[in-house]
Amino acid sequence: MKNKSLVSISDFSKDEILRIVELAADFEANPNQDLLAGKIVGSLFFEPSTRTRLSFETAIQRLGGRIIGFSDASSSSATKGESLKDTIKMVSNYSDLIVMRHHREGAARYASEQSSVPIINAGDGANQHPTQTLLDLYSIYKTQGTLENLNVFMVGDLKYGRTVHSLLMAMSHFNPTFNFISPNSLKMPTEYKMFLDSKNIKYYEHTEFTDILEAADILYMTRVQRERFSDHLEYEKVKNVYVLRNSMLNNTKNNLRILHPLPRVNEIHTDVDDNPKAYYFEQAKNGVFARMAIMASILGLK
Amino acid sequence: MMKKELKVNAIKNGTVIDHIAAKNLFKVISILKLHKISNQITFGNNLESHKHGNKAIIKISDLLFEKNEIDKIALVAPNAVLNVIKNYEVVEKKKVNIPDEVIGIAKCFNPNCITNNESMQTRFSVLDKQKLALKCHYCEKITDEEHLYVF
Ligand SMILES: [Zn+2]
Repeated sequence: MKNKSLVSISDFSKDEILRIVELAADFEANPNQDLLAGKIVGSLFFEPSTRTRLSFETAIQRLGGRIIGFSDASSSSATKGESLKDTIKMVSNYSDLIVMRHHREGAARYASEQSSVPIINAGDGANQHPTQTLLDLYSIYKTQGTLENLNVFMVGDLKYGRTVHSLLMAMSHFNPTFNFISPNSLKMPTEYKMFLDSKNIKYYEHTEFTDILEAADILYMTRVQRERFSDHLEYEKVKNVYVLRNSMLNNTKNNLRILHPLPRVNEIHTDVDDNPKAYYFEQAKNGVFARMAIMASILGLK
Repeated sequence: MMKKELKVNAIKNGTVIDHIAAKNLFKVISILKLHKISNQITFGNNLESHKHGNKAIIKISDLLFEKNEIDKIALVAPNAVLNVIKNYEVVEKKKVNIPDEVIGIAKCFNPNCITNNESMQTRFSVLDKQKLALKCHYCEKITDEEHLYVF
């Protein structure tokens, strides 16, 4: 995968995903490696995202690389009306790799076509966020010891949530079983269910979020966002139904781990935080190792 | 009668676009920008057709179409047939065909797509030629017939 951009999770094969996950484990065991010494990474955040930017910048610093760029569009020439193409042409002259977040869908694919250096998509509007998916996969691998044959429960906004869609696509390489729990208005879209059918992957849909978690290996929680509802009352109702509480974890498997892309609002009650099955804070930390692995392998340094 | 009708309608050289579904006549006129050219044009609408409901037909003198324009016709009138006329004779019949990739001729329906916010070509892969489903190469959203706009 040397010199290959990472725009969408489907750009990586099963073997490439596994390689990233194994490399991430290496970096976690030995986090300070000067592999990026003498390299410059362009960090272009046309849309601010402190969480993702700090994770990338930590990964770059740990690898000994240097950073140029901006943390929001107001400090870039985009506000002067410069096109994305011109910004990318300029920054790819100065850097060895570009990490980019943009508010428009498709911006990362277009940038990868214009750039002379690889692009890592750190989120393009509502479309893709593949490094989130790879850190999710690393978290699953680390806690379960494997990615194969797992029962993955996804809860909340399954219609608009790009993280669950990308995770579903990536996990489809590893013979999973899925359980989808959401209100009817936010069900997993048909195109993803058709994809699972075509790969003979089993899935079950539920609207009730109660004592159905016994079989779960991974419980992936998402935020139900207010702006997805035209009806305010419907939002208030749904918001309080898809909430995980500690008491619901009583009869669950020992290996169960709870993931969430963060930030959370109220969908995981704080009484879950001290349960050893809660994994969302460590999950965020895994992001640094996953991003080290992605950058090192794209630059052909590992 | 037959002879007289031919005299009114026949063109010496040019293109006859036949088998346009009646409801799509004005779309075809618009995408080919026929309202902006000075060639002689006759068209008929709501004509009876054996094959598919009511049809429309357009006859344009002294004009041949490029592949790019024929692909545009295919998107809005998938059953259309182009007859190339030379000296009152049909010298070639071309059935329009929706290509596997649609480049630079259709607009992505997603207002937040980069293609609608940057000076660049659109690009789609065609997922379904019957129901018309175009998947944007950039934002990955699907534009269907209802939301289709051809430049
Ligand atoms: Zn698009």
